[in-house]
Amino acid sequence: MNSVIAYITFRGMLGRRRALLLFLLPAVLLLLSIVLRVTGHSDLDTATALLMQFGLGALLPLLALLAGTGVIAPEIDDGQIMYLLTKPIARPVISTTKFLVAVVLVIAFGVLPIFVSAVIMNGMTANLATGFAAGALVGGIAYCALFIAIAVLSRFAVTIGLIYALVWENLLARYASGAKTLSIRQWAISVTDMITNATAVKADVGTATAVPLLIVLTVAGVVFAGWKLRTLSITGTD
Amino acid sequence: MSVLELRDVSRWYGNVVAVNGVTMTIGPGVTGLLGPNGAGKSTLIHMMGGFLAPSSGQVGIDGRRIWKNPSVYRHIGLVPEREAAYDFLTGREFVRAMAKLQRLPQPGAAADRALGMVEMMEPADRPIGTYSKGMKQRIKMASALVHDPPVLLLDEPFNGMDPRQRLQLMDLIRKMAAEGRTVLFSSHILEEVERLAHHIEVIVAGRHAASGDFRAIRRLMTDRPHMFVVRSSDDRRLAAALIADPSTRGVELTRAGLEVEAVDFRRFALLLPQLARDAGIRLWEVAPADESLESVFSYLVAS
Repeated sequence: MNSVIAYITFRGMLGRRRALLLFLLPAVLLLLSIVLRVTGHSDLDTATALLMQFGLGALLPLLALLAGTGVIAPEIDDGQIMYLLTKPIARPVISTTKFLVAVVLVIAFGVLPIFVSAVIMNGMTANLATGFAAGALVGGIAYCALFIAIAVLSRFAVTIGLIYALVWENLLARYASGAKTLSIRQWAISVTDMITNATAVKADVGTATAVPLLIVLTVAGVVFAGWKLRTLSITGTD
Repeated sequence: MSVLELRDVSRWYGNVVAVNGVTMTIGPGVTGLLGPNGAGKSTLIHMMGGFLAPSSGQVGIDGRRIWKNPSVYRHIGLVPEREAAYDFLTGREFVRAMAKLQRLPQPGAAADRALGMVEMMEPADRPIGTYSKGMKQRIKMASALVHDPPVLLLDEPFNGMDPRQRLQLMDLIRKMAAEGRTVLFSSHILEEVERLAHHIEVIVAGRHAASGDFRAIRRLMTDRPHMFVVRSSDDRRLAAALIADPSTRGVELTRAGLEVEAVDFRRFALLLPQLARDAGIRLWEVAPADESLESVFSYLVAS
């Protein structure tokens, strides 16, 4: 962890135009939950549906994709990363710092809004808010680790990440149970299910599978990013 | 005093060879890395900067390997070719951050010193995004100088600069060298390298084509046969007059005009207008046929 790199990365993330997306997605979630609450539709089942479909299904992966790739991919793309790499700092420190920045952003713009949204709709009933917050937190961390690893590996990180989140987790996992086992979203739901009493939350993957996989993926992603950055080749323009 | 050493360095991408068996030692003073675009200059600088592993051979500084060895960055300052440099930070914030990343004891003072060296104190509190090309180049220099490294690597530092900025940067580079630093810069423009470098390394098509001071390189370049295309009011008579002089080795009459091969460039350049005037021939066009840098370099490689 290096505070200077963290500072520059935060400035870069929040200063860009794409930072608007960071604000936009949670704003939509909060707005929807307020509307449901005010119109009296915020029963446990509707709240669960919103938090599952929009919260864990769209908001969380998209935010993590924005944050996880955004903290490092543009810098590799335009060569700015050279200013960090030409310092007597172990390269894994650079990637791990950027991973932590992404996690903080996902907590601020994803996990907290999901928690607040659940509270708006149902208060603390059935541990729904705590459950979803915990699920979003572990899921968000795993997403960030995955996306930062892809960002260091490929120039097409955003596309690959989108394909994973949209095609794999949303389409394939719906029909193929094998794909479900390897879905961060399902692991997050599994953790949520463990904490909440709401019957509407039904996990397809048991926590005995989900938790170890979450840990393995997170550690592997962070370690891989650091290892890959050590040998990151920046090719010349000629 | 630091020395960069390349021993039998090659780099290939798949089956494309970018750098082929280059051996050179770069010591204090200004060294120019000269070569046409695509010759492998950037690949070489990237290897010296630790951004690229040599496919074979060794790249080191004072006996230490550069690849996968971040501790060498205490001794190297690198100015990348690309312009992007954290546009959202002010110049001072940027240089200060670099000082902190170098773990300097007084990053603020070091940053101010570096900003002073490149004469960027005044605009230091404006965001880098608002800087001109020359200012960006200087702020990049400041970031590379902030830890007072003995070795400075500059990748195409004059690209896109106007003449005034070019002169300022040349002064700055001379100053860095006068302080005992080892400064290496790449360029594809002979005049730039000639004006600035006391030592020149020429790279052509990935190979080390020539090495020496600028006089030696200049001689190599002017002594080669020059090809000219000449159109005149009487090509045949002009051809006869030219071939009578030893500065011309060959003349060919073509539909497009005369193709002249001159062996003594200086003499030929003086002779041609004199001959034409004396013989009452009007010159319509005199154009070098092979003045492209590539042809100059390929001549060097062949010799």
